[in-house]
Amino acid sequence: MAATVSSGRDAVATPIQRAFREAFYAGAISLGLFVLFIGLRTDQNITNELILVQRWLLLAIVVIAVTVGRFLYVAYAVPAMERSKAEKAATPAVVAEPGFIKQNFNRIGLVILLLYPIAMVLLFGFQGSLKWVDNFGIQILIYVMLAWGLNIVVGLAGLLDLGYVAFYAVGAYAYALLGTHFGLSFWILLPAAGCMAAFWGVMLGFPVLRLRGDYLAIVTLAFGEIIRLVLINWREVTNGSAGISGIPKVSFFGLISFNVSDPNYIAKVLHIAQSGAYYKIFLYYLALGLCLLTAFVTIRLRRLPVGRAWEALREDEIACRSLGINTTTTKLTAFATGAMFGGFAGSFFAARQGFVSPESFVFLESAIILAIVVLGGMGSLGGIAVAALVMIGGTEILRELDFLKAVFGPDFTPELYRMLLFGMAMVIVMLWKPRGFVGSREPTAFLKERRAVSASFTKEGHG
Amino acid sequence: MAGTTLLDVKGVETYYGNIRALNGVNVTVNQGEIVALIGANGAGKSTLMMTIFGAPRARAGTITFAGNDITQMPTHEIARLRIAQSPEGRRIFPRMTVMENLQMGASLDNLQHYAEDVEKVFSLFPRLKERIGQRGGTLSGGEQQMLSIGRALMARPKLLLLDEPSLGLAPLIVKQIFDAIRELNKSQGLTVFLVEQNAFGALKLATRGYVMVNGNVTMSGTGKELLANPEVRAAYLEGGHH
Repeated sequence: MAATVSSGRDAVATPIQRAFREAFYAGAISLGLFVLFIGLRTDQNITNELILVQRWLLLAIVVIAVTVGRFLYVAYAVPAMERSKAEKAATPAVVAEPGFIKQNFNRIGLVILLLYPIAMVLLFGFQGSLKWVDNFGIQILIYVMLAWGLNIVVGLAGLLDLGYVAFYAVGAYAYALLGTHFGLSFWILLPAAGCMAAFWGVMLGFPVLRLRGDYLAIVTLAFGEIIRLVLINWREVTNGSAGISGIPKVSFFGLISFNVSDPNYIAKVLHIAQSGAYYKIFLYYLALGLCLLTAFVTIRLRRLPVGRAWEALREDEIACRSLGINTTTTKLTAFATGAMFGGFAGSFFAARQGFVSPESFVFLESAIILAIVVLGGMGSLGGIAVAALVMIGGTEILRELDFLKAVFGPDFTPELYRMLLFGMAMVIVMLWKPRGFVGSREPTAFLKERRAVSASFTKEGHG
Repeated sequence: MAGTTLLDVKGVETYYGNIRALNGVNVTVNQGEIVALIGANGAGKSTLMMTIFGAPRARAGTITFAGNDITQMPTHEIARLRIAQSPEGRRIFPRMTVMENLQMGASLDNLQHYAEDVEKVFSLFPRLKERIGQRGGTLSGGEQQMLSIGRALMARPKLLLLDEPSLGLAPLIVKQIFDAIRELNKSQGLTVFLVEQNAFGALKLATRGYVMVNGNVTMSGTGKELLANPEVRAAYLEGGHH
């Protein structure tokens, strides 16, 4: 975009003059484009006749927004960017000591995550905190967990998996079915669901061992769909599209229950007022714990031979084999480990919702999880967490933007535009940081001192 | 000099689809030797090297290594018999550091002798030590070749297969690498099987040599014999090589 702005002809014009002209052009183009898209709409009236609805105000708002945006971009943003670029070029490249925040990024993030529900309760009260802890906190943490699990398969082992949601579904249904039929507790079923998902990870792994890149992606995509279709059609077991409801809640290791009717209900044990928020806050910390477990395991594995073998496999399979690495078992362990964390996330999801149906496990979910991994920077746990925060938090925030209705009319529902936001974020990140938010990779082996590797390791574009 | 037979390739035929790349090749490598295989582009040199490693698999003939029939073995199990390879195109792990690449080479041993072996590699190729934290992909061609050989050595091989170690390198670097190979052979008694287009350098280095043309071994002899052979001279040596 910047290239179109600074063409040679404009060299004499001041940025403001240029901005006026560019803004005028942009406005004219958007008017031409949108006059039929936005200005007019066909509708049916009560007698079923086709009528034209005129929306000139909305059109005017969009055109003015484009014009003003272009003006600001050309007049202020571009010169500022060029100035900072020139400054950067002028100052010699000194490797700055990373700031306090950068150095302690993980610790600060962890403290914020630990204090988050408490802060929300203090700010909004128990009832008001529900939305923030549940819709934002837990929702984001589930996706962080899923993305970190997928990161093992895609980011470390380099196996592009488009059907990851299948393992999420296996975990969720494993908990839902075993929990409702046999009344087993979450703490038994969590590892069981993980094992079940890992088993299916291996089952998927076997037939696709020989495949790589695009071919692997297609087969895994098909696997995700197969699992979903089985869940829909195997009515006797899964209750089909209607799903399974009445999934038991998680208890605090059986000591404290979150069911109001139970004798050991939390409010009765601790002698406090009844509230649904306790359960949500408990679930939040549970999700956080599961996330930390995933991160811990991933970090440890990267330093073990199997983790190194995954990364080497991503780089060069033939070289791996000629170094005596059994690529079959290496791939299968990657699939199984990734799937296991998907299973954990799934059983947590089922426990949190109390209801599962095949609708929660559509391809779009796989795509979102994969997008988070790619945007965050494949292989980087911090980057992926930030990407999950932005993408999932961002789409949730859209629900809160009621004031946009005042601008775009009462029919405007911001949450319908979440995919637009996703797409935009994708384009912006890929333009500016083609390797994701965090593209640099921490090496796992050191001789004496810890030296950062400046160059990045994540994949760029190719399959 | 002539020890026991370490690698014995007998009547090996390899196909790519229906195209025959090797027509019954016989090659032996004895303990403690440096054996060079020379030939033009497309003669089947690299195919032979890969066939020894089981990818592609030989359709006829047998390959024996230290008494084990490895003809039908999977690649990684062949490697576990301590055959190490610096493959064509080097195939280092570009996004992993020099250190991590070397660690990968030692995976067979589960890093038991890692510290000791890494020092050996660094004394052989001091340049790698300077580059220790650098990504493999950012190294120069010569350094990548050193890394590829170093990585192969980390597995403590009984036999080292080198596929065109001089490819695309400046003469000075080629000399360094050939010197290193000679040094390994002399001081540690490492057996080396070398595929080269740089016939002059390879034959000078080698105890024995084989000449390959269109998937057949047409000539063999000691390095000196082949260097003196008029046919070899005409085909591979006179025509610009040094």
